[in-house]
Amino acid sequence: MRKFTLFFIATTIFMLAGVVAFGQNHEDEHTSTYAAEDEIHELSHEIHEAEAEFDVATMIMHHIADANEFHIAGDLSMPLPIILFDKLEGVKVFLSSAFHHGHTAVDGFVMDHGVVKKVKGEFPAGSVDVEVHHGEVVFNGEHFETESKSTLLEPSSFYDFSITKNVFTLLLSCIVLILIFVGMARSYKKGNLVPQGIYSALEPLVLFVKEEIAIPNIGEEKYAKFLPYLLTVFFFIWLNNIFGLIPFFPGSANLTGNIALTFLLAFITMIITNVYATKTYWGHIFNPPVPLPLKPLMIPIEIVGIISKPFALMIRLFANISAGHILILSLLSLIFIFKSYFVAPVSIGFVLFMSLLEILVGFLQAFIFTLLSALFIGLAQEDHH
Amino acid sequence: MELLTPDIGLLVWSTLAFLSLMFILKKFAWKPIVDSLDERNSSIADALAEAEKARKEIAELSSRNEEILKEAKEERNNILREANKVKEEIIAEAKTKAQEDAAKIMAAAKEDIEVQKLAVMADMKNAAANLSVEIAEKVLTRELSSKGEQEKYISELAAKANLN
Repeated sequence: MRKFTLFFIATTIFMLAGVVAFGQNHEDEHTSTYAAEDEIHELSHEIHEAEAEFDVATMIMHHIADANEFHIAGDLSMPLPIILFDKLEGVKVFLSSAFHHGHTAVDGFVMDHGVVKKVKGEFPAGSVDVEVHHGEVVFNGEHFETESKSTLLEPSSFYDFSITKNVFTLLLSCIVLILIFVGMARSYKKGNLVPQGIYSALEPLVLFVKEEIAIPNIGEEKYAKFLPYLLTVFFFIWLNNIFGLIPFFPGSANLTGNIALTFLLAFITMIITNVYATKTYWGHIFNPPVPLPLKPLMIPIEIVGIISKPFALMIRLFANISAGHILILSLLSLIFIFKSYFVAPVSIGFVLFMSLLEILVGFLQAFIFTLLSALFIGLAQEDHH
Repeated sequence: MELLTPDIGLLVWSTLAFLSLMFILKKFAWKPIVDSLDERNSSIADALAEAEKARKEIAELSSRNEEILKEAKEERNNILREANKVKEEIIAEAKTKAQEDAAKIMAAAKEDIEVQKLAVMADMKNAAANLSVEIAEKVLTRELSSKGEQEKYISELAAKANLN
């Protein structure tokens, strides 16, 4: 624990030193300006400012959204496979490095701030140099509109099945979970009933999910069928929450704060709840135990309840994790908004505090999602009593 | 708004990945882990029950030991008491026997004395008779000589015979 604290303090000092150094360089530049160049300088400064007008919202949205390349540091990015399914032209597979960070269009597709988009209208196939800015493509002086990939709510002319930053993290987290828990199972299989190393930290959590979440909510007789799902969802959400908090490669992807993933998890909970539901549960929905005149009111409410419960699950996880990311990024942005390194210590202090809080939230949200899933499943498991 | 529209690509990938993850973990991780945890729980419960049983057995054993010890003590006391009794009896018996023997010996001695006394008496009687016969013989032989002398002689003999 002391080593950990020291590490944090050292990191903070290191970061502060960097910011201070950066600020000083900036000031030096300032003072070296000659009076005669003042006007030009001011002008260029204004232009510079206008260009680099720090758009906090765009930056944050870009950071919490998915991307088709994995930014590591500076100009260094990890290329990711792009797999596109065009309704007219079929499947296209290539590496994201072919886009040259958006400076090249490939077969009518461009990368706009890390996200693949399709150019609308007549556009040459093959690789051509373009300029892309906020959904607008400039090629040979001509301006083109772009089209985003299909989503569940807004279909378009192409689908993007690329290994994006989120998909990469998803697969990575699956591999990590498999390695950890299959290893844990192996260590037990050797006839060694006392866990060792990381397993001794994970065993209480496995028991916690089993004895504090599954059994009390679903019941001693029926919990075993649902335990694998609850355990998987708990550790999956938790690990990805933690991955999301790591500010550099291979973390930083906002997977559990992505609505597609929370939608999937909530959807699975809904499917499990209703597929394994008992007659009593359906009886409560289609024949609620209320006086007859109230039934027309209650039945729609109960039916909406089938959807609204998992819907709340989906929104809760998405909103909590995204909010954490937005908050941390906003606090860091303060430095750049105020353009003063005096803000940095305050900002970093807050970020540190928020990061610690987010570690707690990451666990808490995994727990809440699992608990509520178990609760919903348990409610649908009730028999006559 | 972009944030709130589920992306189809990620949805497909996460469906595939999550479901495979769940089935792989179910088969290769959760089942063995939960099974071994249950096994451990039951083995701990068994061990505890066994320890409790052993403890009870030991308690029973020690109480029995005590009982045995008590019994042994009692038996020892009994044996001692009996031995004492026997000893006393033997002593008493010996005493009475000795007394009896002594009495017997005394009686035998008395009898012996009596017998000897009788024998002596008989001897004496015989001797007296013999003496009388002798005296009578002598008297008879002297009778003719004198009457006074005869009487003197008889009394002389009588005085001699009156020894006893």
